[in-house]
Amino acid sequence: MMNANVAQGRMATATDEAAAEPILRVRNLKRHFDVSPPWLNRVLERKPRQFLRAVDGIDFEIKKGETFGLVGESGCGKSTAARLAVGLYAPSSGSIEFEGVDIGPLSRKQMAPLRSRMQMIFQDPYASFNPRWRVSKIIAEPIRVFGLLKTAAEVDARVAELLTQVGLMPVDGDKYPHEFSGGQRQRISIARALASNPDFIVCDEPTSALDVSVQAQILNLMRDLQRQYRLTYMFISHDLAVVFHISDRVGVMYLGAMVEQAPSAELLRNPRHPYTRMLLDAIPDLDMSGRARTPVSGEVPSPISPPSGCTFHPRCPHANARCTSERPATIATDGGGQVACHAVEEGRI
Amino acid sequence: MNNNKTNSGALLDVKGLRIEFPTRRGTLTAIDGVSLSLKAGEILGVVGESGAGKSLTGTAITGLLERPGRIAGGEIHFNGQRIDNLPSEAMRKLRGKQIGSIFQDPLTSLNPLFSVGRQLIETIRTHTDLTPRQARARAIEMLTQVGIPAPEQRIDQYPHQFSGGMRQRVVIALALCVNPKLVIADEPTTALDVSVQAQIIDLLKTLCREHGSAVMLVTHDMGVIAETCDRVAVMYAGRLVEIGPVQEVVKHARHPYTRGLMGSIPKLGEEVEHLVQIDGAMPRLSHIPQGCAFNPRCPYATARCREEKPEFANVGQGEVACWLWDGVDPATDPDRLFSNVTLAQRARQQADGVGSAPKKSMQACEQEV
Ligand SMILES: Nc1ncnc2c1ncn2[C@@H]1O[C@H](COP(=O)(O)OP(=O)(O)OP(=O)(O)O)[C@@H](O)[C@H]1O
Ligand SMILES: Nc1ncnc2c1ncn2[C@@H]1O[C@H](COP(=O)(O)OP(=O)(O)O)[C@@H](O)[C@H]1O
Ligand code: SF4
Ligand code: SF4
Ligand SMILES: [Mg+2]
Ligand SMILES: [Mg+2]
Repeated sequence: MMNANVAQGRMATATDEAAAEPILRVRNLKRHFDVSPPWLNRVLERKPRQFLRAVDGIDFEIKKGETFGLVGESGCGKSTAARLAVGLYAPSSGSIEFEGVDIGPLSRKQMAPLRSRMQMIFQDPYASFNPRWRVSKIIAEPIRVFGLLKTAAEVDARVAELLTQVGLMPVDGDKYPHEFSGGQRQRISIARALASNPDFIVCDEPTSALDVSVQAQILNLMRDLQRQYRLTYMFISHDLAVVFHISDRVGVMYLGAMVEQAPSAELLRNPRHPYTRMLLDAIPDLDMSGRARTPVSGEVPSPISPPSGCTFHPRCPHANARCTSERPATIATDGGGQVACHAVEEGRI
Repeated sequence: MNNNKTNSGALLDVKGLRIEFPTRRGTLTAIDGVSLSLKAGEILGVVGESGAGKSLTGTAITGLLERPGRIAGGEIHFNGQRIDNLPSEAMRKLRGKQIGSIFQDPLTSLNPLFSVGRQLIETIRTHTDLTPRQARARAIEMLTQVGIPAPEQRIDQYPHQFSGGMRQRVVIALALCVNPKLVIADEPTTALDVSVQAQIIDLLKTLCREHGSAVMLVTHDMGVIAETCDRVAVMYAGRLVEIGPVQEVVKHARHPYTRGLMGSIPKLGEEVEHLVQIDGAMPRLSHIPQGCAFNPRCPYATARCREEKPEFANVGQGEVACWLWDGVDPATDPDRLFSNVTLAQRARQQADGVGSAPKKSMQACEQEV
């Protein structure tokens, strides 16, 4: 049923289909963390094993050259999904295809050539830099790890080129990370990510620690690089306006599930899932229209013991008996999106 | 700006505030002549890139400025009383009872060793005559007001048992439990989800309306400003560059920095290939440019801007410190002025052979602001 609907959803965009093949295809992907109390406590206090379902069966595709954005409240599984997508976490189940190849069963060695084509950028680049390395060494690391260039002169030239591409100067390579501002450090991490000529870059809150002015510089740079190298991005931010600005398609996660996804303009214009509506409604309005918004109710429940049925039901104004018992299936929408909600399927909303 | 007059009717009146940090290599001026005032029941938003001096201004008002920083000039009046030179004990009393503060990181304001209720009750009892029983009832009432579910049960829990958003609400309850006349909220919702942010903003607004408290709200989020504030102050490199009613500043900014800042924010439903970009970065305190501090990044800078520091002028219903507005009819529509100036600017730039660095952002400003 799922696949039939996905296919149907894609019909609408059949024209771009040939032009843009999915670079990443994720099916029923799950990652559960074992958060059980220590063995002794389990035995003595008769506590059961416990699993936290950080990502609990998500499906999505990202087309080459596009940006797929992920939004959702803190703890809903965005970062876990991102790490799964580049192979930093092994899935508990489900599949991830990169250019049609299922990367799940690949050995480390088989995975190596793919690794160089996927990179990740984080919120706090400083944490991922060795503070005692000069910037040139930091940027050259992927080149060295993947053995991409032979001579030192070639590496130096490439590093200088990368620094220029991200708006820094070749002489900056001689400095240390602490000599740079937050925005410049993010430029360095982008240069490092580009060093291995990747096709796919996962960006987890890359601008969340930056001022809006610096954020604009970084977002503009990322867009230019995307156009220039036909990069594919997966982009995560808790700032919805940023995600909608940069993304072609946006997915909304709630407690490890993908509750809705659609082309960004469509999702903004015509959100279907009650959770998407709640999130969009909570964004403060720059137009000062003073609209009365429905108050956001409740907190995200614990992912260790999520609610039954549709996990959003305790907070949902449209929940009914079916919602509390049956997990909604994902269906295609007219606008080229997908949504998992009984009320939408039944035509109630 | 009415620098020398006392702003009668203002609850808070900051005049010509100057904060310095003595260092081995000379004195750094972190806040340079900031003047602003707040009426009872009013919310003033404060925006600007990090390092602009927003937090320092807030700490000076609450008397929490730490050495070696010192107030080197200006005066702060609260409720008709001068407070910048109060002895620390008197200031401490004022701070608990009349001036509340909310900081970005709730963990720094909460003691992890005491239950949430104990912290609330102690604060309430220090500043009121309530009995322990009454204070507990008041604490529960506060938790209810800040939207903590089942407050009777949660009051005896410890901070780590609360989620980030709930801890921030507890901090707000702590700041507001004795109905302070003034609340300094320094980025209270940065790093929180929009859902939680919306709850906290609504709460601040309601409490402000119900108790007539004044709020100085520091935030990066222009949407939050637009929805909550009556007026907005824009800071750059330790100076105030623009202040005015929220609609004027958000929709018709007069200062090029404010324009750049507004344009750099992605707006929902507005599809643009590139955001407006202010090139460069805020100067370090040791290298604040002569004249207008913004001049190296300003697409409209002229020779005068590099020499003379602009003074505040009344424009529209607000005030702005920018030479562009010198001698311009205050009623001029800023949008029109900016497009005209840009043309004049081009000619001038060609005339004095200004470098090409800020061109990109200038074009962006022309197209999109
Ligand atoms: N290594 C781990 N071990 C156990 N639990 C984990 C681990 N990593 C993540 N989790 C849990 O999985 C859930 C999803 O976490 P994740 O970091 O993916 O959230 P997120 O959506 O990125 O949140 P945020 O917006 O706060 O970054 C959370 O409940 C988190 O506590
Ligand atoms: N203890 C200190 N010593 C020296 N400089 C300081 C100190 N505290 C703040 N500053 C400087 O004062 C300026 C304003 O800081 P702050 O008020 O924290 O900015 P904002 O809150 O707008 O980000 C910055 O340049 C900062 O580096
Ligand atoms: S399935 Fe039911 S509870 Fe879940 S979002 Fe839809 S209406 Fe609400
Ligand atoms: S005074 Fe000059 S440099 Fe400063 S903001 Fe105005 S135009 Fe730009
Ligand atoms: Mg995360
Ligand atoms: Mg600050």
